Amino acid sequence: MKYKVNEKGYYGDFGGAYIPEMLYPNVEELRQNYLKIIADPDFQKEFHQLLKDYVGRPSPLYLAKRYSEKFGANIFLKREDLNHTGAHKINNTIGQILLAEKLGKKRIIAETGAGQHGVATATVCALRNLECVIYMGEVDIERQAPNVARMKMLGAKVVPASSGSKTLKDATNEAMRDWINNPVDTHYIIGSVVGPHPYPDMVAIFQSIISEETKKQLLEQTGSDQPDYVLACVGGGSNAMGMFYHFMDDENVKLIAVEAAGKGVSSGFSAATTYLGNEGVLHGSRSILMQTPDGQVVEPHSVSAGLDYPGIGPQHAHLFKTGRGQYVSITDEESLEAGLLCTQLEGIIPAIESAHALAYLEKMEFKGGENVVVCLSGRGDKDLDTYIKYFNL
Amino acid sequence: MNRIKQLFQEKKNILSIYYTAGYPNIGDTVQIAEALQKSGADILEIGFPYSDPVADGPVIQASSKQSLDQGMTLKLLFEQLKELRKNVTIPVLLMGYVNPVLQFGVEKFCEACAEVGVDGCIVPDLPMVEYEEFYKDCFEKHHLSNVFLITPQTAEERIRKIDGLTNGFIYLLSSSATTGKNLEVGNTTETYFSRIKNMNLKNPTMIGFGISDKQTFDKACSYANGAIIGTAFVKAIADGNLEESVSNFMKKFKD
Repeated sequence: MKYKVNEKGYYGDFGGAYIPEMLYPNVEELRQNYLKIIADPDFQKEFHQLLKDYVGRPSPLYLAKRYSEKFGANIFLKREDLNHTGAHKINNTIGQILLAEKLGKKRIIAETGAGQHGVATATVCALRNLECVIYMGEVDIERQAPNVARMKMLGAKVVPASSGSKTLKDATNEAMRDWINNPVDTHYIIGSVVGPHPYPDMVAIFQSIISEETKKQLLEQTGSDQPDYVLACVGGGSNAMGMFYHFMDDENVKLIAVEAAGKGVSSGFSAATTYLGNEGVLHGSRSILMQTPDGQVVEPHSVSAGLDYPGIGPQHAHLFKTGRGQYVSITDEESLEAGLLCTQLEGIIPAIESAHALAYLEKMEFKGGENVVVCLSGRGDKDLDTYIKYFNL
Repeated sequence: MNRIKQLFQEKKNILSIYYTAGYPNIGDTVQIAEALQKSGADILEIGFPYSDPVADGPVIQASSKQSLDQGMTLKLLFEQLKELRKNVTIPVLLMGYVNPVLQFGVEKFCEACAEVGVDGCIVPDLPMVEYEEFYKDCFEKHHLSNVFLITPQTAEERIRKIDGLTNGFIYLLSSSATTGKNLEVGNTTETYFSRIKNMNLKNPTMIGFGISDKQTFDKACSYANGAIIGTAFVKAIADGNLEESVSNFMKKFKD
């Protein structure tokens, strides 16, 4: 348990709840209730029922044969791309919408980058008949048009965030402002393991189904529930945290988190937070973020909207600082090439986010026979435009 | 004696004005302070800008961005404020978010405040527990007041705790809202203001958020020791002659 949150809401030096007083009652209400609600057998039953019948879980753990041949190791893909709505995001939104209902909330807000979390939120709001408002950066609205249309079809109101870089960071600011202005009836479904305590822990718990299943599936397929490596991409870090969660205390399992280097870590157009950032406070928690010497948040860049974020969740900052996780980065080009390779070798078009994790396989050296799990966090349908432009398809 | 304490002992219906440092022009910070004192402001709250001001509405967001684009940093602000106490004698607080303070260094920040004659700080996203554990000693060593916010949703027990930790005044938000929303004093707000008044807190209270004219100011003063105006002032000095804009704005609040 040494990598889990402590009773004060911290992971080592990171975490806490750095929020204006206006948000205190909301966050405190959550903090006092989330573990109790989640542990309730009725909640667990409904949560797992929906994950099974509505999301389609368990998601397969697929031994990718041609990939394995190419890299000389057993490469397993955890197929979160096969979930309803096409990514891991729905694991968390199902959990949080049930929790919001228990708290008596009538209105749901969320931020979204690539639109995957927005779609996953709008989906569960349609399912449970709750009002839904999604904040999305203007730039992202433009580059993720199909997801915007999906959210609208699902009955959500999509509000453009036009401040700052007009991407995920700014959408998060706008959602927080909405919550300040609507403190009583609204629940804010944060989509990643970021934000004030208890959000990073709560989202990690809902996403931990990924590693819970992976362990069982590995045991069945390989005879051991411990792989040599686990890889996942990191923006804020929710799929990675879900993928790492039940492996964190297995110290012989190497955890590799892949950040977006953008056009290169030194190019000035990057989102490689652990490489470029230092300790500070962003969106309600103390973590590692990209910032100027004056403490102003630096605008990130990545071809992948889901990784285009200047910070990482506090638990990731802790795994990084303690050395439990290895944090690396992959450029825009490397990720797109890896996306194509996965498509051609395995017939799976991955989201560009997930392609970052796949791309790191090229940089690893295997002796042969290692078991490697890569979290294929989402499917690439939403990224076709980017693939088309890059490869002149 | 501390300038803030002295003011509250001597005066009623206190008018505090917020403005963003380095706005509208980067070099305006001290000039605005002098003009406000001349026009009758009782307290100044100088905002140091932050790239992600989640508690602020569009007007203060825009002024913060403009100031940052013009090159404002905490370091530059403290340079500018070396001139502050040449002419300004009223209490001055710095207001801003915690991350720039962390990067500047808490100890260094407190020292710099004391050096230029700043009397206290308002850091909305600095939690009470963090303040108690890591900031309080440093603030007290440099005789800085720390001002906490409370909202209509803040529980009584927490208000008592805040009152115990405060040594200046308490900032009463008229509603849970980002800055720049209008004050509509309805029954619920009145009940909330009266509830706070009847708690007989040891610290004076100032009502903020949504005060924009004499009428709303007077209303606020009937429940608290005074009121804070931010967004309306920032809007008023956006363009035109600075001295005139300040003096015209302040006339609205004086008889």
